[in-house]
Amino acid sequence: MEKQNKQYSQWKAMLAITQASLRSITRSPSAVIFSLGFPLVFIVVFGFISGNRIRLEVGVDERCDTTTTLYQSILKIPNVELITDKSEAELKQQLIKGRVDAILYIHPGKDSAAGKIVELITSKASREKGSFVQSVLTNLIDKQNISFFRTLSKDQESQETGTGNWANNLAQLKQSEIEGREYKMIDFILPGQLGFSILSAGVFGTAFVFFSLRQTLVLKRFFATPISRTFIVLGEALSRLIFQLAGSLIIILIGKYVFGFTLINGFTTLIEMLLLSALGLIVFMGFGFVVSGLAKSESVIPPLANIVTLPQFLLSGTFFPIDAFPPWLQTICKGLPLTYLNDALRKVAFEGAGLMDISHQILVIALWGVIVYIAAIRFFRWE
Amino acid sequence: MGCISSILHPRLNIIRRSSQDILQHRYFPYVLHTQAIIEVKDLVKHYGDLHAVQGISFTVFEGEIFGLLGPNGAGKTTTLEIIETLRDKTSGEVWVDGLSVDIDPGEIKKRIGVQLQSAGYYPSLTLTELLRLFSGLYNVPVIPEDMLKLVGLEDRSKAKYKELSGGQKQRFSICTTLINRPRVVFLDEPTTGLDPQARRNLWDLIRQVREKGTTVVLTTHYMDEAESLCDRVAIVEKGRIIAQDTPENLIDKLVASGFERRKEVKNANLEDVFLSLTGQEWRDE
Repeated sequence: MEKQNKQYSQWKAMLAITQASLRSITRSPSAVIFSLGFPLVFIVVFGFISGNRIRLEVGVDERCDTTTTLYQSILKIPNVELITDKSEAELKQQLIKGRVDAILYIHPGKDSAAGKIVELITSKASREKGSFVQSVLTNLIDKQNISFFRTLSKDQESQETGTGNWANNLAQLKQSEIEGREYKMIDFILPGQLGFSILSAGVFGTAFVFFSLRQTLVLKRFFATPISRTFIVLGEALSRLIFQLAGSLIIILIGKYVFGFTLINGFTTLIEMLLLSALGLIVFMGFGFVVSGLAKSESVIPPLANIVTLPQFLLSGTFFPIDAFPPWLQTICKGLPLTYLNDALRKVAFEGAGLMDISHQILVIALWGVIVYIAAIRFFRWE
Repeated sequence: MGCISSILHPRLNIIRRSSQDILQHRYFPYVLHTQAIIEVKDLVKHYGDLHAVQGISFTVFEGEIFGLLGPNGAGKTTTLEIIETLRDKTSGEVWVDGLSVDIDPGEIKKRIGVQLQSAGYYPSLTLTELLRLFSGLYNVPVIPEDMLKLVGLEDRSKAKYKELSGGQKQRFSICTTLINRPRVVFLDEPTTGLDPQARRNLWDLIRQVREKGTTVVLTTHYMDEAESLCDRVAIVEKGRIIAQDTPENLIDKLVASGFERRKEVKNANLEDVFLSLTGQEWRDE
């Protein structure tokens, strides 16, 4: 009888599984729809809908004169939030990133008799909101000036008006725009959709695939060959990873070339986004393993998987920033792994943060990974 | 044309046996052929309170077709899976090709081929792709087309597994068990759910596998199948072996005990009628 003298290679066997599984995934319509179809549809739909309620964040320069009537009136505008606790340099940074929509600086100007100078700096990073702030201010100043002149013309008869009043009430707007990055809706939507795609593919894909591999005895047939169990899981996971990263790449490229998604440092940013996607996917696949282990029948998988995905889908800043939620809800949001993945993806893509800058987010995601895989090992079932 | 088995079976035995063996004993073809390839001793398997296997012992000799017979739930599949190293045993000892399942499960897996009761393949992959997969899993290079030729599926190489008929699925399943040129193949109910033509076609395939020197262990609950295919059988009932011998000897013993069939035995049965009316050739649906 001929003997197999060659050393058996687990890696070779694993790659055979990866290749076969990858073929199987690409032939499954649901995998393609979940990983690519849905996120793209959401990107298109939400790409055209802008947020309804506009909140304007206006940074106030440290030197700004806050005693003026104009400043007091601005304070009363409901959807304008004034940020007063930041330094000038900080505000500029925020403005460039689009976190602050404009910087306000009211000062007496060279000729105090001519009235206050209202300086407004806006940026391309928040062009729409910046111009909104500008028009709100112009409106306000015009109203004040008119009412001032009205009272002035009445007062002229009594000749009692001092120049001090002039300066306090009259104002002119000087607006300048600084070069910021243009922040488009797609820059918010795409990372969220990418995160969602990774979450749903990770959880649903893994749960269904492992459940059906168990049901159809594919796993058992593998056991009857010399490959070890660890390498079976590795092989399957690797194929899911490759497929999903290809999906992420397609989403990012379509985002960039069709919808003008910002990749701030070009190729480096792309690679960093893919690395983050891989990390997220590995963690979310852990949830999938738990679900497939807990599910006694196929019909239990969707509800179980939804328990994991739905809250994150809604609360992790996929569609709207989490600061739109009430504070108690934000506390929950800040516990979810997808929140950190979305946040990290946005920071990398738009703000050009390096992986070191988002080490906090990466750490939280990794911590979730540890918890989930402890559970996965506990609940995983081979048959 | 009546019964293939009655024609084929003795002929195959003649091929396998030396003339000396035949002279020695007609109904005990393997009396001198006692090279054991599987040895099972006092095998016990409990699932909680369920005692699935309660002290089974038997030996399978090299080159024979050995049948484990018994009703559903008798413990056939459990026994088979323990030998295949797919399942842990509660107690007892099992050796395959001289290797203990406790010590060398990995090495045993390299030397056996396993067909499961159902499926076990990615449904959307083609036969060629699946054979490549198993070629990788066993680290044994094969040419898929040649493998498919062995089981008569060469013209289905581009078909997906899920598109195969029941008989084709079973033949493909046997095909994957042959990739690593195993010493033993295990077939768990290979003909369950097949039509008569497909069954007979599969019997021929199993005989071909044995002819090439591979030992075959199969389970079945069709007695005609066991009678025509198996050199020796063990009848399992409630986790115990209640009889173990060649089919002929078992029948002789029963007859000797005074058993008589109630119905007169005719020269043909309904299956023969069916096969002569519908044709013997196996067909792809």
